[in-house]
Amino acid sequence: MNCTWRERLELYAGGELPPNELGEFEQHLRSCHSCSAEAVSRMRMKHAIRAATSDAFAPSPDFRARLQNAILPEPQPRMGWWPVISIAATAVVALVVAGMILSRNNTRQDLFSEAVDSHVSTLASANPVDVVSTDRHTVKPWFQGKLPFSFNLPELQNSEFRLIGGRVSYLGQQPAAHLLFGIRKHDISVFILQDSESLDRLIHNAGSNRLNNFNIDTWSRNGLRYIVVSDTAMADLEALSDLLRASA
Amino acid sequence: MSDDRKNAEAFAALALPLLAQLYNFAHWLAGDRQDAEDLVQETYLKGLRGFASFTPGTNFRAWMYRILRNTFLTSRAGLKANVSFDDEENQVAEPVATGDPESFLMTQIDRAQIQSALQQLPVQQREIILLSDVEEMSYKEISETLSVPIGTVMSRLSRSRKVMRDLLQAKTQRAGL
Repeated sequence: MNCTWRERLELYAGGELPPNELGEFEQHLRSCHSCSAEAVSRMRMKHAIRAATSDAFAPSPDFRARLQNAILPEPQPRMGWWPVISIAATAVVALVVAGMILSRNNTRQDLFSEAVDSHVSTLASANPVDVVSTDRHTVKPWFQGKLPFSFNLPELQNSEFRLIGGRVSYLGQQPAAHLLFGIRKHDISVFILQDSESLDRLIHNAGSNRLNNFNIDTWSRNGLRYIVVSDTAMADLEALSDLLRASA
Repeated sequence: MSDDRKNAEAFAALALPLLAQLYNFAHWLAGDRQDAEDLVQETYLKGLRGFASFTPGTNFRAWMYRILRNTFLTSRAGLKANVSFDDEENQVAEPVATGDPESFLMTQIDRAQIQSALQQLPVQQREIILLSDVEEMSYKEISETLSVPIGTVMSRLSRSRKVMRDLLQAKTQRAGL
C-alpha cells in the first residue's frame, strides 16, 4: 500500500490523529478501499492483542501480600488492653513495694527518731529518770508491775559504764524500759521493749545507725528489742551493747 | 506517623493499583512467573526508594513502567533476551507471511496464536505493542516510558505491528493448510 495517507493511518489507528484532521481522514477512508481495509485490520488486531494478553498473567495473592508488606509493612499491632493493664498492674505493684520499703524505712526512721527524741527530752528534763540508782538490783525491780516483760541488766563494775536510772517510756506505741547509762561525760539511753514480728520485720537489720549525729545500735534477743542511743562514740555503744547482750 | 511511613503510604496508594498490569507486563517481558515476581518486586522497591524524586502531577504510571523496563534490561532475564537498542538491528525470526490485509481481515484470530506471536517478537517490539495495545498508552506516554522521541515511538510501533501481523498471518495460514 503506497497511499500518501499512510502516516495519518498510523495516527488514526493509534487514536492520536488530531481532532481537526479526523473528519478529512474519515472521508478518505470512505473512498480508499486499501486504507479502509488496513485501518479495520489494525483495529481488529489491536483489540485481539488486547483481549489475548491483558489478563494473561495475574499476580498471585501470596505475591501481592508479600509485595505489599515489602513496601508498606504492617505497623506493629497496637497493644490491647491486657498489656496496658499488665503494665499498669506492674507499676502499681512496684509502687506498692516501693511504698512499703519507703514506709518501712520511714517507720524505722520514725522509731529511731522517736528513740532519739525520747533520749534528748529525757536528758533535758529536770528529772530524767524515775528511779535513780547505780544499782541494777534496784533499778530492775522498779520496773516490776510497770512493764509486761522482764529483763536483765549487766554487771558494770569492771567497765567504764555506770547506771544512772530508769523510767517507763513508749516507743512505737509500746511500753518500753528506758534505762540511762553514763560513760565519761556522755549519757546513753537503752530502750528495751517486747519484740514482735512487725517490729522485727521493721528493723530486721540489726546494727548501728546514725541519726542527727546520734549513734544508734539495735538488736533483738530472747523476745526483747534493744535500742541504744547516744551521742557518744559508736564503739562505746557497741561495748555497752555487748554487756547487755551478755546479760540478757 | 514518621515521614518514612507517610512516604510509603503515599507511594503504595499510587503504585499498588498498578500491580496487576505491571505484573502482566513484567511476565510478558521476563517470560516466567519467578522472574516476573522478582522484576515487579525490585521495581516497587526502587520506586519506593526513588519516590521522593518523583514530581507530583507528572505521569506516575509511565514512571513506574520506566523503572520496570530499566530494571528488566539489566536483569538476568533481560540480558538473556539480548535486547538491542538499535531499531535497525531488530530482526524477526519468523518468515514473513504472504497475503493481503483483506484476506487476513477475514481470518479468525486465535488467542493462543496471538500470545505465541507476541512471545516470538523481540523484546523491544513486544514491549511497545504491549504498552500501546494493552496498556493503551499514548505515544507521549510510551515516549516517556521508553525514553525515546515520539517519532521513534511511531516508527518502532509501526514496524512492530507489521512484524506481528506477518507472524499472525503465517500462523493462520499454516493452521489453514
